[in-house]
Amino acid sequence: MTVAQGIGVGERQVAGDQGEPSAPEVSRRGRRLTPYLLLLPGLGWLLLFFIVPIATLFSTSTQTRPPGSEIGVYVQTFRWANYVDSLSEYTTQFGRSFLYAFLATGLALAISYPLAYAIAFKSGRWRNLLLVLVIAPFFTSFLLRTIAWKQILADDAWVADGLRRLHLLSQSGHIINSPTAVVLGITYNFLPFMILPIYASLERVDPRFMEAAGDLYSNGITTFRKVTFPLSMPGVVAGTLLTFIPAAGDYVNSALLGNRNTTMVGNAIDSRFLRVVDYPTAAVLSVTLMAAILLLVGLYIRRSGTEELV
Amino acid sequence: MVEATGGRDLRLEHVTKRFGTFAAVDDLSLTIPSGSFFALLGPSGCGKTTTLRMVAGLEEPTAGTIHIGTDDVTYAKPYKRPVNTVFQSYALFPHLDIFENVAFGLRRRGAKQIKQEVEKALELVELGGLAKRKPAQLSGGQQQRVALARAIVNRPAVLLLDEPLGALDLKLRRQMQIELKRIQTEVGLTFVHVTHDQEEAMTMADTIAVMNSGHIEQLGNPTQLYESPNTAYVANFLGQSNLIRATVVGTSGDDLLLDVHGSRLAAPVSRRASGDKELLIGVRPEKIHLGAPDEVVPDNHNVLRDGVVTDASFTGVSTQYLVRLPWDQEVMVFVQNLGVGGVLVPGTKVSLSWNPAHTFALDGSEDALAGVQLEEPVSVG
Repeated sequence: MTVAQGIGVGERQVAGDQGEPSAPEVSRRGRRLTPYLLLLPGLGWLLLFFIVPIATLFSTSTQTRPPGSEIGVYVQTFRWANYVDSLSEYTTQFGRSFLYAFLATGLALAISYPLAYAIAFKSGRWRNLLLVLVIAPFFTSFLLRTIAWKQILADDAWVADGLRRLHLLSQSGHIINSPTAVVLGITYNFLPFMILPIYASLERVDPRFMEAAGDLYSNGITTFRKVTFPLSMPGVVAGTLLTFIPAAGDYVNSALLGNRNTTMVGNAIDSRFLRVVDYPTAAVLSVTLMAAILLLVGLYIRRSGTEELV
Repeated sequence: MVEATGGRDLRLEHVTKRFGTFAAVDDLSLTIPSGSFFALLGPSGCGKTTTLRMVAGLEEPTAGTIHIGTDDVTYAKPYKRPVNTVFQSYALFPHLDIFENVAFGLRRRGAKQIKQEVEKALELVELGGLAKRKPAQLSGGQQQRVALARAIVNRPAVLLLDEPLGALDLKLRRQMQIELKRIQTEVGLTFVHVTHDQEEAMTMADTIAVMNSGHIEQLGNPTQLYESPNTAYVANFLGQSNLIRATVVGTSGDDLLLDVHGSRLAAPVSRRASGDKELLIGVRPEKIHLGAPDEVVPDNHNVLRDGVVTDASFTGVSTQYLVRLPWDQEVMVFVQNLGVGGVLVPGTKVSLSWNPAHTFALDGSEDALAGVQLEEPVSVG
């Protein structure tokens, strides 16, 4: 609409220009093409590096290996049963992925919301420093940070030691190589993606809305429940999506902090693609994971009803 | 509706609010009778909004007390006061529809018959059909009405309005001024209206307090303030005034006899705001009669001769003249457009005359330009 208005204005200006009758023709056509020309690089990029690979992935998912061929050679046979076979084999990993992602998202939300709230409303001149600290982990590699957690949660490190002293962990108990460690790792790694959108949303909440709520007989808690929190929903939705989606497909945390019984779909895809060279199964799992996330996200956004606030 | 908490005056006693070393409000005492339409008038930075926020509970006074009726609310939380505010920015909750915005206060207090109350309030501001809309879908004027309905529906003992019309264009503002006055009369609540617009204050309020740097310069009804300002600040802030230096030379009956650069003028003793011998006498531009240089004026009228028109602007309703007097002071004169005679051209020699009863006298030590508004003040939140 804005583009159309822009063109409209252009045309009026051109119409007023009586001096050179041929020049307006060219510039009018030029103006009409401008929006498409601006879209071209982005569309081209998406076509080459998103649409084409996705199509390839879909196509791979129904391929089979011809008898007697070499390892890694697959041909298209439209074998839809690939889906049934692969999914029944990896049901557990799917369930685990979504469970871990769900737990990590909940945990990250519980940690991030109070933090974002404090930064947005209570931090005063420390605000910028705190925001830098939130994104500071990005200055080191994701992999390195996860390996660091291996140290932190190791059997002889202070966390396990402390918990044993408090009798919250049995003398022979571990944290490392357990589902707990995986969920903690995922939570840690995606925390900034939760904090920043919530902070951005809260920071945009006009303090006058809170004053108005107070003026209309709401105490602090009611003001938060009825005004501040609903107004920060776009940030909560964005944050949970930015955490949940990558968390569901994550395999690094499970590989480094988990054990054989914590494998997630990401680990299965990783091993099928790169180790077993079973492309169709890996493709089936990828396509299914994508579809499942899309479905969940769609339902979530519809339920949260924040379309008009985003 | 919830029963109006009638008969409860709002009383501020020696209220002071300091931000650091700056006193935004300085030892202010004020009683606003229940049921009145009261205006706090002053330029931005005069402390009027701070005063309002202290009454609302959004700021705590540094010293002094605030009572509503017999209740001391000086340190009460905003949500525990029988006070509601119409905010300058309206502050309508964007995630709630109009109905829920208006119902917000009622729900918090667990009121009964919320639906009827809200509908009644929306009818009052003539927005009956818009209950299901979101604030963003309404025009500025409609949002203003919703903000008003949201406050009125709670029947507060005091309704505070913080420059509520500031964001509206001139025409809508005039219309809403009349609306507000009608609504106030209809609901009978105490309205405390903060504004920098003197015309707005005069149109609506029963009583106006003119504020200047944290204190009240003068308090009275619009006519009193306009006709008998006590200070140069009030004389210049409310409408326009011509202030001329004069020396008292005697009295004659109820009149003060004055000397102004050799001319003998008179002013009522009753309108003398200072015992000083040196005075600033004031006369409003519309009270002055513009005559021929040698025009014969009624015996007792004040007259200043040898004026020269330096500027004339025709505004339709009237013509606004600037007339230079022999001692180089320029005096403003408004001549109503009665359809007789044309517009005088600059350079025309004239005499100025007016009824002495229209003269007020201020302290001679005052700054004759105090409170002069050179431009439309920019409204600041």
